[in-house]
Amino acid sequence: MATCPATLEELPRYPEGKEILTCLQCGMCSGTCPYGDVMDYPPRRMIAMMRAGMLEKVFTSDSLLSCVACYACMAKCPRGIRLTEILLPLMKEQTLTHLPELPSELQKALQNTLRYGNPMGEPSRKRAAWVKTSGVPIRIFAEDRRPADVLWFVECYTSYYPRGQDNCRATAKVFDRLGIDFAILGNEEKCAGECGRLTWEPGLFETLMDYNMAVFQKYQFNRIVTSCPHAHNAFKNRYPALGFNWGLEHTTPFLGKHLAQLKPLLTRKLNCTVTYHDSCCLGRQNEFYEAPRQLLQAIPGVKLVEMVHNRLNAICCGGGGGGMWLDTYFKAKGYERLSERRVKEAAATGADVLAVSCPYEVSRFEDALKVLGYDKRIIVRDVTELLAEAMEE
Amino acid sequence: MHILVLLKMVPDVVEDLEIAPDGKALDLEYLRMILSESDDHALEQALLMKERHGGKVTVLALDAPEVDDALFTAAAKGADRVVKVVGMDAGLTTRQAARVFAQVIQSETGLMPADLVLTGVQAIDDLDGLIAPLVAHELGLPYLGIVTRVTFDAPGQLVQAIKEYSGGVRGEFEVKLPAVLGMQAAERPPRYVPVAKVRTAMKSQKIECTPAPIADGGWLAIEVVEMKRNEPAGHAEMLEGDADQASGRLCGILAERGIF
Amino acid sequence: MTGNVWVVAEQWRGHLSEITYEMLALGREVADGLGVPLTAVLAGCGIQELAQTLGCADNVLYVDHPLLAEPIPELCADALAQLIEARKPCALLVPLTNVSLGVGTLVAIRLGNSAVNFCKDIKIVDGKLQAICVMYGGKIEVAVEPAGGLAIVGVWPGARPADKGRSERSPAIEEATVTLEDSRVRLKKYIDPEADDVDLTKQDVLVAVGRGIQSRDNIALAEELAKALGGAVAGSRPVIDQGWLPLSSQIGKSGLAVKPKLYVALGISGAPEHIEGMKDAGLIVAVNSDARAPIFNVAHYGIVGDVLETLPALTAAIETRKAASHHA
Repeated sequence: MATCPATLEELPRYPEGKEILTCLQCGMCSGTCPYGDVMDYPPRRMIAMMRAGMLEKVFTSDSLLSCVACYACMAKCPRGIRLTEILLPLMKEQTLTHLPELPSELQKALQNTLRYGNPMGEPSRKRAAWVKTSGVPIRIFAEDRRPADVLWFVECYTSYYPRGQDNCRATAKVFDRLGIDFAILGNEEKCAGECGRLTWEPGLFETLMDYNMAVFQKYQFNRIVTSCPHAHNAFKNRYPALGFNWGLEHTTPFLGKHLAQLKPLLTRKLNCTVTYHDSCCLGRQNEFYEAPRQLLQAIPGVKLVEMVHNRLNAICCGGGGGGMWLDTYFKAKGYERLSERRVKEAAATGADVLAVSCPYEVSRFEDALKVLGYDKRIIVRDVTELLAEAMEE
Repeated sequence: MHILVLLKMVPDVVEDLEIAPDGKALDLEYLRMILSESDDHALEQALLMKERHGGKVTVLALDAPEVDDALFTAAAKGADRVVKVVGMDAGLTTRQAARVFAQVIQSETGLMPADLVLTGVQAIDDLDGLIAPLVAHELGLPYLGIVTRVTFDAPGQLVQAIKEYSGGVRGEFEVKLPAVLGMQAAERPPRYVPVAKVRTAMKSQKIECTPAPIADGGWLAIEVVEMKRNEPAGHAEMLEGDADQASGRLCGILAERGIF
Repeated sequence: MTGNVWVVAEQWRGHLSEITYEMLALGREVADGLGVPLTAVLAGCGIQELAQTLGCADNVLYVDHPLLAEPIPELCADALAQLIEARKPCALLVPLTNVSLGVGTLVAIRLGNSAVNFCKDIKIVDGKLQAICVMYGGKIEVAVEPAGGLAIVGVWPGARPADKGRSERSPAIEEATVTLEDSRVRLKKYIDPEADDVDLTKQDVLVAVGRGIQSRDNIALAEELAKALGGAVAGSRPVIDQGWLPLSSQIGKSGLAVKPKLYVALGISGAPEHIEGMKDAGLIVAVNSDARAPIFNVAHYGIVGDVLETLPALTAAIETRKAASHHA
């Protein structure tokens, strides 16, 4: 991928910048943006202001705070303008320096990520604590430096949150049954920084990118498989600028490639109706629509139903672009939480299980289910958790 | 107007604290240091007052692991001069640190005169004293602690300061300048400064280093007999029985603890 | 060690603080352990009658000075230092409260003496005073021995029950004089909080509700418990999101961080975001219908049960007990 413009001033000199100037002002972006109707400057107007030389007004509004980096605008743009990838992060960076005060939860998440390598502010020495609870052995590179085929990049929510750790244990079990040769970075791992990049803080992202690349170069492996679609994006789109040249997969499509090997291992009938939520990063951005569905359908006793908005049209859970730490801010402004909007769709399908493949989605949807009172009807499970459940102990 | 801010690095308690083999101090191996929280508020208050009244803010810190980060962040936030005292023994107590601060303030050019010396009200490692009143005493300046609001009263060379008491009560004080204030909280939370700005500050600004004065003992120390982890309760003690029984027991416990 | 054990009797706005009695209880043990008398030191202006209640001590040293009418730490420290130089106690216990913060340190430096901070308990070991202190936000406990003949110790609230420091006895009261100069710090006035302006971070007792409260109407039950305990109602995120409580009541990552003496978590599961906001509460009690709710990992006491049954039962038990003790 070509080098990206680092600032708004540079933007016009790049092909992407010239592309932005060809905007038709058709409004597809604003129309499809989940919060477009509450932004002062949804994407279309933002570009109009840019062309009119009036960007100051955009930076001092809080429109960018409502962007959850869901890629919907970029996916629908008839000109293929790289909104979510190029323009919006640059806009957010400027907003951060112009806003008199950043919402405190977001500020804390960014500060924590810089200092502790995770937005929760948990100690780095506890990042691999979940390993002790795994049913299968987990190799940590720092302790065993032999080469491995796969570096499994676990990421923050999966490492520290109890529900994320459920996902880790499931992933480890499935990897083990498939005979995958993998190792993790353990406590040396720090956030890939993608939410820093998409959310305001290129400086934070660069710091994390420098750190992670240095750690990667200590060990030998062929590819990185990660449980987090956001990390996947960072490695795919930005890290190559610093020399990242390993193979890269997210766990779901990675397991999808092993479907033939997996299928005979899925022996327990789960007997449930499942609806799959396409995460923005895996779905719209990378078009990994079918692999998760094939995996789910390979599980005995699973009936797959679709929500009204699926695949390209899926509704974001609201966690990207910093949205994970802006819920209270949104609520104070009276916005409907996107996760609630999505969960209503899931309930309408009559499904018992809402299947996801991004760690943010688990807590967001479980929260939304509780608030709406659906938590007795529907449970949230990562695709990998369902696969593990369908395997014998 | 010139405000001098004193910063102290303290152990970061987010990481687990381990005890050193001798059982009397913290194990330094995994220890990370972080700027004392109320010192961060003192800095924020100083910057707010600079924005209001003009003048300059000087930051003075004692050398410690990760102090450079804190100083460059202060510079990126708007501090005009950042100074670090180097060459001291490691592991100074609060009392010793205050003495170093006071001596350097008097000997280093340009730190005095200051209208205000701001520092945090208390730090988590202040076992043998508090920085603000100690420095105030050494410099012969008035002191007020637990301050949450400072207004510069230019004509009278005074500040109006609000001190917090319990139960939401506040006291409005008048303090003659120059003075030392122990800040509990700035008028707004410490500002966020983008990492990019701090990285720029690292390239463009300098931390001035000044040597520590020769240590002079001469005061009574406290001897640490033993240091250990304060073990938290692992799990709640469960109170059995039906609603009436369990709540009856709980009521008894609360009464015993003097809650009501 | 020779010399008396002195306890600073903290008075504020005409009343003796609760911590005074807590420290008298502690001081009594220390004095008895060292085999010396216990003295309560009361400094102020026109507050002599407060001395009567300090009977737990063997005697009260009382200083009346117009400059001590208001709580200026420098002046209070100056007065104490003069008394100490004249009478040479072996220990001075100073409260760690907003009113008295800084006094212990200033007394110490005026006398060229050490000071100990953060003390939660005192033991006598080999005839010497040993202070047990908590540092680093409560994570580390350290036992220290101050060198020299005078131990100046700053004591946390809650070191002993206040009741143990109360006494019907009439203490011997002696008046002492000190010379004080005007301070460059002056208290102009107090600002009392608005009647309905409840700042939850300042509450000693919080009754917090989560999803388990089930409806807006049931919050009234929590309010009754809060009233019985002299506290306020707070909530976890789902409750605020529902609009059952205002944003200012939210405890947790996106809300307030609180450290009350008592935190009652009702129907709160204990998600990390909520725990973050209340884990440092002095005493945490949780009621939840799910025995495996994570809140029980941080709570000190737990009840597995229906919040809507337990809550009114608890309020009733407390009201009964309070009524009984008033008649006693």
